[in-house]
Amino acid sequence: MTINQLSIFLENRSGTLTKVLDILKEAGILIIASSIADTAQYGLLRIVCTEPQRAYQELERHGVAVALSDVFAIALDERPGQIAEVVRGLSEGNIGIVYMYSFFLHGKGLLIIRADKAEEAREVILRSSLRCISESELPDWGA
Amino acid sequence: MIWNPNKECMSRDEMSALQGKRLHKIVEYVYHNVPFYRNKLQAMDLTPDDIRTIDDIVKLPFTTKKDLRDNYPFGLQAAPQSEIIRIHASSGTTGNPTIVGYTRKDIGVWSECMARSLTSFGVTRNDIFSVAYGYGLFTGGLGAHNGVEMVGASVVPASTGNTEKHAKLIRDLGITGIACTPSYALYLAETMEQIGITKDQIKLRVGAFGAEPWTEKMREEIEERLGLKGFNIYGLSEIMGPSVSYECHAQNGSHINEDHFYPEIINPVTLEPLPLGQAGELVFTTLTKEGMPVLRYRTRDLCSLIPGQCSCGRTSVRMSSITGRSDDMLIIRGINVFPSQVESVVLSMKEFAPRYLLVVDRVNNLDTLEVQVELRQEYFTATFDTPAAIDELKKRMADKLRSVLSISAKVSLKAPGAIERSQGKSVRVIDNRKLK
Repeated sequence: MTINQLSIFLENRSGTLTKVLDILKEAGILIIASSIADTAQYGLLRIVCTEPQRAYQELERHGVAVALSDVFAIALDERPGQIAEVVRGLSEGNIGIVYMYSFFLHGKGLLIIRADKAEEAREVILRSSLRCISESELPDWGA
Repeated sequence: MIWNPNKECMSRDEMSALQGKRLHKIVEYVYHNVPFYRNKLQAMDLTPDDIRTIDDIVKLPFTTKKDLRDNYPFGLQAAPQSEIIRIHASSGTTGNPTIVGYTRKDIGVWSECMARSLTSFGVTRNDIFSVAYGYGLFTGGLGAHNGVEMVGASVVPASTGNTEKHAKLIRDLGITGIACTPSYALYLAETMEQIGITKDQIKLRVGAFGAEPWTEKMREEIEERLGLKGFNIYGLSEIMGPSVSYECHAQNGSHINEDHFYPEIINPVTLEPLPLGQAGELVFTTLTKEGMPVLRYRTRDLCSLIPGQCSCGRTSVRMSSITGRSDDMLIIRGINVFPSQVESVVLSMKEFAPRYLLVVDRVNNLDTLEVQVELRQEYFTATFDTPAAIDELKKRMADKLRSVLSISAKVSLKAPGAIERSQGKSVRVIDNRKLK
């Protein structure tokens, strides 16, 4: 029910992000959604992409500090209130959101969530009106 | 294996007698050939005849790096220029470099000492041996080179730089031994991993590592990643170059070639000789050198001497690993800080690579200490995908540093590979205060 997200440690130095993106480009990996958690000294780049396992191997081979994290990727459509529904459900279940980010375009979107209690979060999402997508569906979101 | 049992396994009484005889000769030699030493001895009311046994060495004056610089370039050379067949120079980070000239006999002694070291590591004429110290003014490259030739192994003068090509040669030629700095060995291992050369494709079995201090943890990492057994080799150009001392398979200290280099340990503050076994500053007197002999040269390296016969059969005195320098002490906000203290903290946390850089600065009249460390790629896991988790890791290191150093330091986390690997001596401190 979860997908693999790339988590990448980046120094706050010009060129570090370019290096990562170039490696993914060379490998023909499509980035579907991304976010950066920034601090004064470094950033953490999170990427949902096609073929995350292969992307991970490519980055690792080039010496990048990269990890695969399990995240929920929830499909969104045009109905307002879907993110609110998920967040409320997690909140009522006393489940913490470690981070989340989303994108929405032409009536279709994705909500990426990492929760501190993955099992309980799974139950909440299953009971909701929403559904999680699998890695095999990811290319459809990039199309 | 022992190259020269006659010398390496000599009885202690015979060794002392030989050292006493040679000391008298070398003092007489410099007295007549080097005005610097003659003036010093005369000022102390000493003549060569006052130096009869090795125990008389304590009467002699010390020589320092500053003396060598002040007498740049040839002031301390004892042999006539026509007898000098090679000149090396040490890296001069401040002031003049140190110039060392060698006679044909000196090069012979050096090769002999190097052959003793390599034989102790298990190198034979059947080895293909790569020398990856820098060739040039630095003594590492040519010094090791001559020793490998003396042993009769096939020497591959790889030098430093072009590490990818070197890695391929190691695989393709079936190179079995290598001499380089420990940090270069790690750099080589990384390069091999990057270009896809695996441990089972190479035949390296022996490593002669020196020219910079290293730790048991580094040794374990190098041995694991290159699949060889690593041995310490110690030396300094002012005395000779690599092979002043060398480890044996017992690996309990490095055997000093004390028929050529006489060691003492002194208190670096009072300059008093310390009893055998006590830690202090290492001092060497060259007993046979012709080109540029030195009397009681203060190495600034801190270590202790290990007495007693070694299980390997050698009788020569051993030196412990270098624990620091008597002159790399930093004073930060009035507190004495040794880079080795920071190193111990870095090495104690597996999340970081065994490399670091200290940056000292002065901001608003307050000294600052920044410790740059590198994340180890394999320890960067999903656990660390939030700033909170990374900051917690940084805080753990900062807390450890504060408890070890007694001052607070800023920890800067760098990406894998961001801290420069040195190909010669490691640069571990940048003190920006001096520039202002």
